[in-house]
Amino acid sequence: MSIRAKVTVVGAGVAGLTAALELSLRGHAVEVIERGRAVGEGCSRMAGGMLAPWCERAATDEAVMRLGAPSIDWWLRHFPGTVRNGSLVVAPARDAVELTRFAERTDNHEWRDEAGIAALEPDLAGRFRRALFFPREAHLDPRRALPALAEALTKRGGTIRLGVDQAGSDFVIDCRGLSARDALADLRGVRGEMLVIRSREVTLSRPVRLLHPRIPLYIVPRGEGVFMVGATSIETETPGGVSVRSAVELLNAAYTLHPAFGEAEILELGADLRPAFPDNLPAVRRSPGGLMVNGLYRHGFLLAPAMARQAADLVERDNADLRQRRSA
Amino acid sequence: MFYGVELSSRLLLGTARYPSPKLLVEAIKVSGAEVVTVSLRREAGPESSGARGGQSFWSIIRSLGMRVLPNTAGCHSVKEAVTTAHMAREMFDTPWIKLEVIRDDETLQPDVFGLVEAARVLVEEGFEVFPYTTEDLAVADRLVEAGCRVLMPWGAPIGSARGLNNVYGLKALRAHFPDIPLVVDAGLGVPSHAAAAMELGYDAVLLNTAVAEAGDPVAMASAFALAIEAGRMAFTAKPLEPRDMAVPSTPVLGKAAFGD
Repeated sequence: MSIRAKVTVVGAGVAGLTAALELSLRGHAVEVIERGRAVGEGCSRMAGGMLAPWCERAATDEAVMRLGAPSIDWWLRHFPGTVRNGSLVVAPARDAVELTRFAERTDNHEWRDEAGIAALEPDLAGRFRRALFFPREAHLDPRRALPALAEALTKRGGTIRLGVDQAGSDFVIDCRGLSARDALADLRGVRGEMLVIRSREVTLSRPVRLLHPRIPLYIVPRGEGVFMVGATSIETETPGGVSVRSAVELLNAAYTLHPAFGEAEILELGADLRPAFPDNLPAVRRSPGGLMVNGLYRHGFLLAPAMARQAADLVERDNADLRQRRSA
Repeated sequence: MFYGVELSSRLLLGTARYPSPKLLVEAIKVSGAEVVTVSLRREAGPESSGARGGQSFWSIIRSLGMRVLPNTAGCHSVKEAVTTAHMAREMFDTPWIKLEVIRDDETLQPDVFGLVEAARVLVEEGFEVFPYTTEDLAVADRLVEAGCRVLMPWGAPIGSARGLNNVYGLKALRAHFPDIPLVVDAGLGVPSHAAAAMELGYDAVLLNTAVAEAGDPVAMASAFALAIEAGRMAFTAKPLEPRDMAVPSTPVLGKAAFGD
């Protein structure tokens, strides 16, 4: 048990809520403070919610795969809406070489031919000759997952205070994302843009990635005909709405995957800035008041559980040290 | 020598699509490059880095202390390219501009008509233009006429990793413009492509995707740097011309040698 009365987590995005729940599960008293009016209203809201550590290996550091793979079980345990159905990677005929390249850079995948694709996703029958299937991957809806974590935390006796920025304890885990840049000189924002559409004609059971020489695009089913299409990654901190170019690229991806998406309804076009460190990997760092968890970049839901574990380990190590010092 | 600026490295590097800024910085360092290209359309300029104390992409680039060659990537018309060049001059405080006018997003081929027109406008306004062009001699001639003092012909289409598609055309360009710095820009995939360009007598090579999207961008940057050095050294050492017949390098005993 902790000898500190309470830990305060600042920020109710994916970093903050996973850290808070992890600490609570380990028996610590936790409060989350969030200056917004609801949980998960920052850039976590824009996330794709793909738990795809093996796909990510194609273009990211090995650490993303290593830290991300155990996250799937974490989410399956703590958010019942997590779906482990694998993910599918396809390429337009002209870019077929991209698929071979993707396969060379990743593992834990299986090739599927046209019939194999149709067996997984009947609506994609006849649209692609080959696909890569990553059977162990999963996905979730960030907009349902974070309220569910908040509820789980409250049920365990944790508190969430909204519209607040004053910590109620002297040990703080700062999970403010890009707002923490006042304290993190090497944090930068990377713009991401996404769209949400609703189709009555197309059904998908798992995220589908469409390889593209310039941008990796994916479509994640959110249930009830709703799909999230993401995401651009632009090295700029310019705020503002989705650019026409990005919207066209995202819409084209959906249309290329299935022409029936041409009839889909656009529910939302969203843009935000992802917090990133120079190596594009997240980190738990010590600060004068406690810890900072930040830099989740494109991998918030995939890597937050690993950061939560690291943060909780540090809290416990510190407590053990304090206890030793007091008893000495 | 580009517009009076003497450089020691013959490698120019693009800054897009690296797995992380950290790897970008490491790749640039091992490559020895002294010039990086920055896309204005897709990346941050200094004005957007914000006064809030964070480290944006641009400030990471700036911290390298390198010469920046801003480009007009993604521009489809003369007007867009000229406007982008104006923004670049303000943001990066340099008269240099890598001029790209693209016909369409599918092929990314240079629109040589728009290119010549935009080059004329920009040179008139005092820019030092690095035009991204094809190996076409007539277009090159027009660009030089417009006032370009560097030419950047493609090796192959952008990002295609095919190497030098038209070696004959690139040789002819070199022969026609012995005094204009020539840079192969775009389409290279592996270091031997870069070495081949240097062996043709090209002055430098501009790369992006081949390094940024390699499995190990830092090792690949280093490999390209070595190949460029080797290719240049081979060119200055005056390589042999290919022959149709074998030429024995040791005397053949018992036979009269031709001409002796």
